[in-house]
Amino acid sequence: MKEITIISGKGGTGKTTITAAFASLAKNSVMADCDVDAPDLHIILDPRIKQRLPFYGMKVALRDETKCTKCGECRKYCRFDAIDEHLNIVDEMCEGCGVCQYVCREKAIGLLDRISGSIIVSETRFGPFVHGELKIAEEASGKLVTLVKKKAREVAIEKGMDLIIIDGPPGIGCPAIAAISGSDLVLAVTEPTVSGAHDLARVLNLTDHFGIETVVCINKSSINPDNANKIREFCESQGLDVVGELPYDNCATKAMVAGMTLIEYTDCPISNEIRGMWTKIENRLKIGDRG
Amino acid sequence: MKIVIASGKGGTGKTTVAVNLAFSLPECTLVDCDVEEPNCALFLPMNLERIEDVVTRTPKFDLTKCTYCGRCADFCQFHAIAVIKSKTLLFYENLCHGCGGCKLICPTGAISEGTRKIGEIHHGMTDNIDLFVGKIDVGEPMATPVIKKVKSIALKGSRKPRIFDSPPGVACPAIEAMRGADFCILVTEPTPFGLYDLKLAVGVTRRLRIPCGVVVNREGIGDDRIDRYCAIEKIPILMKIKESQEIAELYSNGIPFTKRLVGYRRLFLNLYKSIEELVPGSERTDKS
Repeated sequence: MKEITIISGKGGTGKTTITAAFASLAKNSVMADCDVDAPDLHIILDPRIKQRLPFYGMKVALRDETKCTKCGECRKYCRFDAIDEHLNIVDEMCEGCGVCQYVCREKAIGLLDRISGSIIVSETRFGPFVHGELKIAEEASGKLVTLVKKKAREVAIEKGMDLIIIDGPPGIGCPAIAAISGSDLVLAVTEPTVSGAHDLARVLNLTDHFGIETVVCINKSSINPDNANKIREFCESQGLDVVGELPYDNCATKAMVAGMTLIEYTDCPISNEIRGMWTKIENRLKIGDRG
Repeated sequence: MKIVIASGKGGTGKTTVAVNLAFSLPECTLVDCDVEEPNCALFLPMNLERIEDVVTRTPKFDLTKCTYCGRCADFCQFHAIAVIKSKTLLFYENLCHGCGGCKLICPTGAISEGTRKIGEIHHGMTDNIDLFVGKIDVGEPMATPVIKKVKSIALKGSRKPRIFDSPPGVACPAIEAMRGADFCILVTEPTPFGLYDLKLAVGVTRRLRIPCGVVVNREGIGDDRIDRYCAIEKIPILMKIKESQEIAELYSNGIPFTKRLVGYRRLFLNLYKSIEELVPGSERTDKS
């Protein structure tokens, strides 16, 4: 079983649009949306939910008011400003480390598991789909990403699928690290903008840091052909393959509004470019000749 | 006045709005809280100077005192320490949140604390903008301490108003950026993705009790679903930025579009004024 993760330093570069198009091209795959902060893939895949599992994120401290003597030791030791001047525990700040519980002489503080979201397993017109939903203002998104991936692997094994396509989160932090770990290939989507190039460099540092093979797609390349050239040259100098270049095309938005992938939305000139990119990726992953 | 610019999703134009709003005001402090991919400086002609490192506390183990009892590993909620009975102690510094619990619990005093660098704060100035940028080191997972630091340094700066460019999403980093703001501008696009993510972002502002308004970017690419949602939820639409090839090109070259399309400066000034009207008394809180 192989895994490909689509990431981008920056949001809005077209990760989800490209992932959805791959979903309709791949023959035997599980899709996973690991952008748990802004999960959008389900809007296109229109999933029929089969299973919803609770996600326990970090723990949270809870105080028994009847035992508390307001000594203030908990506040003194908390490093996350999670205990305010009235000695109330601020849930949003609490990292669940347990230090307050340890220092409390009256044993007035306990640690509780908190349900921070869910992991959802569905069926779609392209096959199985796993995604995560983080409750608003909840943390531990990296942990949820890891669990979404784990579930996607279980589903893939159970159904005999040979590929997992992962829509990754933006950025290079905890969720992005969790999304790419264990991937066979990363597709980094970028734009020919000053910020696009800047963020691509940071993303490539990250995949390099973790030693994961990476290929690049330049989306909306026609917005600024000079910058697109520069990114292409930069990739060549780094020995990276640019597997796709998609010109700006309002079809991407039209398809999204219609709830379709670019492959299903047949009037699109860029659909063929995406097919070409997918063939290259299949060859890289050595899965193309089997489907 | 502290205004944070957020959106559930990335790529909707947060940085565009932050930079162009800053550019249109007579003076302000701009704080780039998107520490994973800080982009504000790319649009502003200035030299950035590294002014401070961001460090986190991290345990140090004196293995001559360690009895490998494993209490530190049992205590650590973040699985940053593993102790193997064959007298091996493993420490995964990337997982450590720096809570200090291991040091407290160690019965032999084998654990002390040091610091570890996880990011940097940079500063630059133009005629009207003081820019503070938080930058997390590549490979470091925890953005929140870097955001906290850049905010606290920027708040000591003198130029008001203060504009905070938030990271995308609705998890820890975005919440840290939004906390304490007087008003939140939510930037969105008129598409299904835009609406879905806007709803999540609105949920965060309500949870944090920060008043919010919407800026619709790339008006004209999708449909009117944002207008309908905002009408139902009584969220003011403060401004619309039309989809334009020229704006996209200026953006791609790292030029704030208000530099060329000067008519938009008045619109951004009006945006600021309408926020002032929506947040009465914010200046008073600012001075306290």
